[in-house]
Amino acid sequence: MDWLIEFPSLGRRDLSTLRQTVDDGFRTFSRAFGESLEAFFSPLLKFLIWFEHLLTNAPWPLVIGAIALLAWLGSRSWKITVGTILAFLVIGYFGMWEDTMATLAMISVATFVCIAVGIPIGILMARSNIAQRIVTPILDVMQTIPSFVYLIPVVMLLGIGKVPGLLAVCIYAIPPIVRLTNLGIRLVDKDVMEAADAFGASAREKLFGVQIPLALPNIFAGVNQTIMMALSMVVIASMIGVKGLGTPVLRAISNQYLALGLMNGLAIVALAIIFDRVSQTYGKRLQAYRESGHD
Amino acid sequence: MTDTTDTTEVKVSIRNLYKIFGDNPARALEQVKAGMGKPELMDQHSHALGLNNINLDIPAKGIQVIMGLSGSGKSTLIRHLNRLIEPTSGEIWIDGEDVLAMSSEQLRDLRRFKMSMVFQKFGLLPHRTVLENAMYGLEIQGVAKGEADERARKWLERVGLAGFEEQYPSQLSGGQQQRVGLARALATDADILLMDEAFSALDPLIRTDMQSILLELQEELHKTIIFITHDLDEALNIGDSIAILRDGQIIQSGDPQDIIMRPADDYITDFIRDINRAKVVRLRSIARKGATGQGETLRGGMSIEQALPKLTRAPDHTCPVISRTGESLGAVSLDDAINALKPLESESDDEVRYA
Repeated sequence: MDWLIEFPSLGRRDLSTLRQTVDDGFRTFSRAFGESLEAFFSPLLKFLIWFEHLLTNAPWPLVIGAIALLAWLGSRSWKITVGTILAFLVIGYFGMWEDTMATLAMISVATFVCIAVGIPIGILMARSNIAQRIVTPILDVMQTIPSFVYLIPVVMLLGIGKVPGLLAVCIYAIPPIVRLTNLGIRLVDKDVMEAADAFGASAREKLFGVQIPLALPNIFAGVNQTIMMALSMVVIASMIGVKGLGTPVLRAISNQYLALGLMNGLAIVALAIIFDRVSQTYGKRLQAYRESGHD
Repeated sequence: MTDTTDTTEVKVSIRNLYKIFGDNPARALEQVKAGMGKPELMDQHSHALGLNNINLDIPAKGIQVIMGLSGSGKSTLIRHLNRLIEPTSGEIWIDGEDVLAMSSEQLRDLRRFKMSMVFQKFGLLPHRTVLENAMYGLEIQGVAKGEADERARKWLERVGLAGFEEQYPSQLSGGQQQRVGLARALATDADILLMDEAFSALDPLIRTDMQSILLELQEELHKTIIFITHDLDEALNIGDSIAILRDGQIIQSGDPQDIIMRPADDYITDFIRDINRAKVVRLRSIARKGATGQGETLRGGMSIEQALPKLTRAPDHTCPVISRTGESLGAVSLDDAINALKPLESESDDEVRYA
């Protein structure tokens, strides 16, 4: 009755052959396609480096001014704008300016990539039930698989550096924007869609004139979530060579530097709060039409 | 409302139209054609019979009311005219064109230029202002912005919404929102106006208000209006012609006076029992052909309510009646008028009431 106690598994040798075959296969694949993939991502890398240089080399008052302006345009709130300026002043004063700029560049580009890729996928999912059935489980995997697991193939393919880091961040951060775009479009009032149909609107006119505008609050919630998740990946991304606020945190973990870890961690929190408040108030302003005297 | 329904050109013609909802409508259709009714089809084949052999000619430039209770298929029927719902079988002709043979581009043009629609739940775009909503159809038609703006403003003014252009729909009352819906539909200049329970969501006072607005506009626009309602008073108030739908079938169709005076079956008799006959029965329906009277000459379109004081004043309590074009329709006596106020009794009436 051994087989009841011991789970009948593949033999040790078979298992190791299996693993080796998969590893070798992937290695061959990355040798064959690694370079072309790198070439494919090189414009993104150039843009990322350029943006980071812009942020770190420009005079700091100018950068803070630009960030404050964006915060004001997004939120139209003095409180949030002043809070943003103060947060950046404190960050700079505590010597974290360069790391913060690197993280800011990374998060901005990652968010941009997620929006550019995620919204079209969300639209596709909303229009086709088949697409929804295929994409949903992929998103589930992306959200639940431990980040370290997909770091392995990413590093095998692209090595260590900014692009694999960006990719890892995007894999983790893209699901909310895809899901909420899909949801937002599917939740658009059927009566309004029927009216658009009855007036002869084409599929394109319905998408851009009715569905996307009405789904915007949800899409914006997705953007907000995506930014938050991208920020939470900063430390893990620093393990594969992304510079920024994650690097000192990593150093603090291995050397038990409490203060260093805390300072950089709080800087990440400050960035998160700023992004969150600005994008949320912007999202709310987008639906000003919902405020009303009647139902 | 007109005195007589002139026999004019037919604008929309519906022939042998069937709609069955379910997994295998083609097979269910055979059963229905073999005589199976709505409840049996549901029980035995779990298919819902939406429309059952609808035949209807809708004259141009009049208001055709399609009336029925909820579930009778009236909203399904109106959605077939612009193919928001595809029929299971049958034909729909508009201005001599076969709607079901249209390609998707032709269909889009039909919806853009020839028909516009007003919805029970308004269907306004919540993110656009009142003016932008009224412009929606024009924008889809491709009308230049300046002209669309001007035309939309004109129609908003016509429905009494001048000054509300920059508001959002959610800032308006239900009645005002439906005026926006009406302005949006009228702005496209389509000949045919589909109104799906357009006033049913409004409270009674606003509803009669909207009915008068519609009738006033119709007096000068002469559109072909297809109006769905479950409210008999509304149907009688605005309809030039009424079709009554029950379980997906038309059970009576024609002149409203005909329906009041000669209901086709007990169902309709029950339906019309509670109406105020003094308001809806017209003299032309009760005039005795060839008779004359000494009272004031009255128009055939006058209601009994309006005629009673005049009949009482006439020396012989009888007044001659003429049509809109001046032809004699006979005469009406006070007794005739009073008799016409008595509700018709259906044959199964006693059972219904005292069972």
